[in-house]
Amino acid sequence: MSTSRRQFLKMIGASAVIGLGGISAFEILQPGQFEASQLSKNPEALVGKRWGMVIDMKKLDNETMQKCIDACHRIHNVPNIDNPKEEIKWIWPETFEHAFPGMESKYMSEEIEHMQFLVLCNQCDNPPCVRVCPTKATFKRADGIVMMDMHRCIGCRFCMAACPFGARSFNWRNPRPFIKEENREYPTRMKGVVEKCTLCYERLAKGLKPACVEESNGALIFGDLDDPNSEIRKVLREHYTIRRKSELGTEPSIYYII
Amino acid sequence: MYNGGKIIIGLLIFVGLVITPFLFSGEKATAKPDPKVNTPEILKLPESERKCIESKEYMRSEHMKLLNQWRDWVVRDANALYTSTTGKQYKMSLQNTCMKCHSNKKDFCDQCHNYTAVKPYCWDCHIEPKEES
Ligand code: SF4
Ligand code: SF4
Repeated sequence: MSTSRRQFLKMIGASAVIGLGGISAFEILQPGQFEASQLSKNPEALVGKRWGMVIDMKKLDNETMQKCIDACHRIHNVPNIDNPKEEIKWIWPETFEHAFPGMESKYMSEEIEHMQFLVLCNQCDNPPCVRVCPTKATFKRADGIVMMDMHRCIGCRFCMAACPFGARSFNWRNPRPFIKEENREYPTRMKGVVEKCTLCYERLAKGLKPACVEESNGALIFGDLDDPNSEIRKVLREHYTIRRKSELGTEPSIYYII
Repeated sequence: MYNGGKIIIGLLIFVGLVITPFLFSGEKATAKPDPKVNTPEILKLPESERKCIESKEYMRSEHMKLLNQWRDWVVRDANALYTSTTGKQYKMSLQNTCMKCHSNKKDFCDQCHNYTAVKPYCWDCHIEPKEES
């Protein structure tokens, strides 16, 4: 009897199901422990297929920008280290030629030349930082968030070398003494790990928008890029937007209106 | 036997030296752990509610495995709620759920961890509750 390709695939599928549903070694050792039915999402959590953000530089003044930065760094226990070689930043101001190299021109509008741009991890669709992480401490969630699992980070800093946006910071020392006021609901980091913006995954899980978006007075628009009816898609339809270093193909999910 | 007395004294000194560490090992190291669950947060609960998310025996032997699972479920699978065997739901968070009740880390966690010489590195990042002492 010859097995058709279709039958073969069916068979593989069936055995995979049996394999997964059967008794694993873990269950033999620990009968009845930890079942999938024991965990669930928070029903209030924000769900999206591809989270993204639009930063409307026309609406963002320097003062609001500082408020966004302060809010993020405060709630996430980001230490304030003055030395630029050791500083930790999740979201920070950047000049046009640093944020968008190659896009500047000799006779540029002075307004844009002197403007401070708000930059953060781009939550790339095709993130090189994820590709190089040997422990999968950096990984991409199904909803597009490029996430850090601090329990797994070994501080090798491959991700820092791979990220073309300098969006990651390394903890050269214990950050705790540099945190003015700890947010006791969020962990700090320790010496020897890399950190970055995680798109406020912990707030999304509670049904809240990212902190910087909340502080921005409408200049930052957060939403599901995969949903054609979302506010963010409406804004993207109506405005000309640019992304950082789009020529590199990392496909940032942060868009700028300038 | 030549110098018998000296030998015996010498032996006594030797034996004494060998057993001193055992004699003076201090009560601390051998004192049985006695984790306290009398935090204000727990006492506030009605008597019948003063239970951990799972049974005492289970928590005693398995809490580390449970926490290990929790962190993966939360960080990697983006889940937030744990349904215990009693059917109650809890937010999976060391800092915000466990330590809210067990706000006496010194008298609760450290008791056994010191006894068994286990140093969990959870607290390198997770902020332990403030304690007055
Ligand atoms: S901006 Fe950098 S850190 Fe963020 S996802 Fe892209 S490559 Fe990774
Ligand atoms: S999304 Fe959240 S973590 Fe990222 S920069 Fe904004 S406030 Fe910070």
